[in-house]
Amino acid sequence: MLTTLEGVPGKEVVEHYGIVQGSTVRAKNVGKDLLAGLKNIVGGELKSYTELLQEARQEATERMLQQAEQIGANAVVNVRFATSSVAQGAAELYVYGTAVKVM
Amino acid sequence: MLDLLILLILLAVGYGFGSYAEQKHYKSIRKRERATLHVPIITFGAKQSMPDAQETELFVGSVVVASDYFKTFALALRNLIGGRVVSYESLLDRGRREALLRMKESAIAWGASELANVRIETSSLSQGRGLISIEVIAYGTGIR
Repeated sequence: MLTTLEGVPGKEVVEHYGIVQGSTVRAKNVGKDLLAGLKNIVGGELKSYTELLQEARQEATERMLQQAEQIGANAVVNVRFATSSVAQGAAELYVYGTAVKVM
Repeated sequence: MLDLLILLILLAVGYGFGSYAEQKHYKSIRKRERATLHVPIITFGAKQSMPDAQETELFVGSVVVASDYFKTFALALRNLIGGRVVSYESLLDRGRREALLRMKESAIAWGASELANVRIETSSLSQGRGLISIEVIAYGTGIR
């Protein structure tokens, strides 16, 4: 269970396990870059990038959930996302939160 | 001479398609905002008593928007004298509203009655060659 609140509504936090995090660094491929270059002339949404980043964010979230499960948590509260572009053509997706046990 | 011609064509194409796409996008944003008005988006939630709910789930909406050639050129000119870059303000505004709407629409499909503690993040994806694309994500806890 994931929330951006400091707990899970309707449930009580019985134990805190500290911070859990997941991250992934993704690079775009040349084809997408080429299309993006064209898109930058006419403007608009870059659908291929949106999908790429969504996928990457999903992966980061799964990594965080795995970590939380390993230490025995059943929920992650106060989840935050961050994206940073680490190098030209590569972006880091980062997600973190506090692992808790709720009842 | 040829270079100047290409530049002018690119500017015209960028301005034409760019403003057409922008108007169309704003129209769709306004329409969807009216349609999803019944579900409130709340930016507080932490340090409050927990809302009553049976179920909660995390919802994320994201979008990557690219500037057009005209906007990029206008920015380059603006950089010389400074001041407001109006063409980029509308780009970011569209990105944020679109991301919020995507989050909201997926929450509504799930049956949410409100979205609590919503956060918005903006980051610029570097591509080199002066190309600018901006990623906006909005996320929050859906409650039902």
